[in-house]
Amino acid sequence: MKSPINVRNVVVALVALGLTLLPVYSALTGNIFILTLFTRIVIFALAAASLNLIMGYGGMMSFGHAAYLGIGGYAVGILAFEGIGSGFIQWPVALAASALYALVIGALSLRTRGVYFIMITLAFAQMAYYVTSGLSRYGGDDGLTIYKRSTFGGLIDLSNRVQFYYLCLFCLFGGIYLIWRIINSRFGMVVQGIRSNEQRMQAIGFHANRYRLVCFVISGTICGLAGALLANNTDFVSPAGMYWTRSGELMVMVVFGGMGSLFGPVIGTIVFLLLEELLSQFTEYWALIMGPLLLLIVLFARGGIMGVLGRFSRG
Amino acid sequence: MADLMLRVENLVRSFGGIKATDNLSLDVARGELHAIIGPNGAGKTTLISQLTGQLMPNSGAIYFAGRDVTWLPSYQRSRLGLARSFQITCLLPDFTAADNVALAAQAHDGHSFRFWGAARKEKHLRDAAQAALTRVGLAKRADVPVSELSHGEQRELELAVALATKPQLLLLDEPMAGLGVTESARMVALLKELRKEVTIVLVEHDMEAVFALADRITVLVYGRVIASGDPDAIRSNEEVKRAYLGEQHAVTRHG
Repeated sequence: MKSPINVRNVVVALVALGLTLLPVYSALTGNIFILTLFTRIVIFALAAASLNLIMGYGGMMSFGHAAYLGIGGYAVGILAFEGIGSGFIQWPVALAASALYALVIGALSLRTRGVYFIMITLAFAQMAYYVTSGLSRYGGDDGLTIYKRSTFGGLIDLSNRVQFYYLCLFCLFGGIYLIWRIINSRFGMVVQGIRSNEQRMQAIGFHANRYRLVCFVISGTICGLAGALLANNTDFVSPAGMYWTRSGELMVMVVFGGMGSLFGPVIGTIVFLLLEELLSQFTEYWALIMGPLLLLIVLFARGGIMGVLGRFSRG
Repeated sequence: MADLMLRVENLVRSFGGIKATDNLSLDVARGELHAIIGPNGAGKTTLISQLTGQLMPNSGAIYFAGRDVTWLPSYQRSRLGLARSFQITCLLPDFTAADNVALAAQAHDGHSFRFWGAARKEKHLRDAAQAALTRVGLAKRADVPVSELSHGEQRELELAVALATKPQLLLLDEPMAGLGVTESARMVALLKELRKEVTIVLVEHDMEAVFALADRITVLVYGRVIASGDPDAIRSNEEVKRAYLGEQHAVTRHG
């Protein structure tokens, strides 16, 4: 057995500990900004982790993952707008709507492979973008303000920053635990096998697309949860949140951290959003620095940050 | 006709103007080892691909154990007990040898929509994998990733994967391709054992192996069957000599 103590695992443990203790730091220093920033980071990390399930483990390069953020968000927003404020209704609806969307989109786009799959998922996400832009009752392309966060019958108060942060963190850790169970299960083995060699998997008796589709739906549903969290975080949903650049950012987060590594997307998201935050303080052209950085990672660190840490571990 | 494992009737498959399979008919009896030989480009792999469902014919019919499987997708044929090994090694490179075989066993052990329990800890799948690996002589290499196995080991693993699906019919597409002399001999010995348990269709270039193993031989040229019969009949068939054996005559004499 390999020792569980290596550079990579130590970094993961420290990051997890840091995320858990962040509200304490924020309370001690009175730095509220960092808590707000990290709430956002944790939510996007959940979205990136869900994308990693299909991209890293399933080999499905979805370029429309932001659509689920929007669908989950709009489910919360629209229900709130119509006077249904209970999270016990809003959130299941958000998950169900995302799952249904993933089922339909997946059934259609999984007939294709490679570049065509990327293009078709992108096209569907853009369709979702334009559909929400046309929802004039719900703000059209100006978006929809959510005046009251989801309520959970006194169980938890989402307007309380710390409570909300811990809810997000709970969802992130829960999501990662779920993905960890999935990738090691029979189902996960099949999905990874299909990524590795689809023809072989068909030849030994697996109906590849059926497994792919279920994986696609699971991923979309988890991302829908991130959407519900995000809408509550910003008190606002808008079509802009599902624009294709957002999908691209999610992909970058996954690639930064390391595709197909369980905790990689979390690290990737932290690095991406912190860099964005820091660089945008110096220049509005922060993307000019982010771009080459991504290029370097893709060229010289194939497994992303986790891949580099893994290499350290092996000495 | 219960003793027929495989029946192919008037199979046609063309690519553009070329008929890779030209009105081909073939019977394989249960329990026999049926070799298919022919010069390069005779359409042997095309035939195997149609038998397993990776490629659909333009017309004709394929019966497997009496059942019409002509239009069944490959994963369903595998469920019925039809397994293949690939001419060009086709494994899961990021997985270990044991994982490759365990997945094949898993495919034939109920559905795989199980999301929670750890698959690598399911003892009966691991045992099945280990048994198949032992069979082909790879027991000690179980935990080695496929990408680190030698070519010969990968050929053996191909066979272990096929065996783990508990096939009734094994379609082997050039299992000896690229093997050295010792490795080839081991493969022949292995096939001699396997043929006692399972019907085998063997596509192979190694004439020595074919004549040593086969009950019956079918000769393909340009997608057509030009001769079919036991090794002696094929050896003495004039058309086969002309079309195919020719310069390899010396080999066939002591085969």
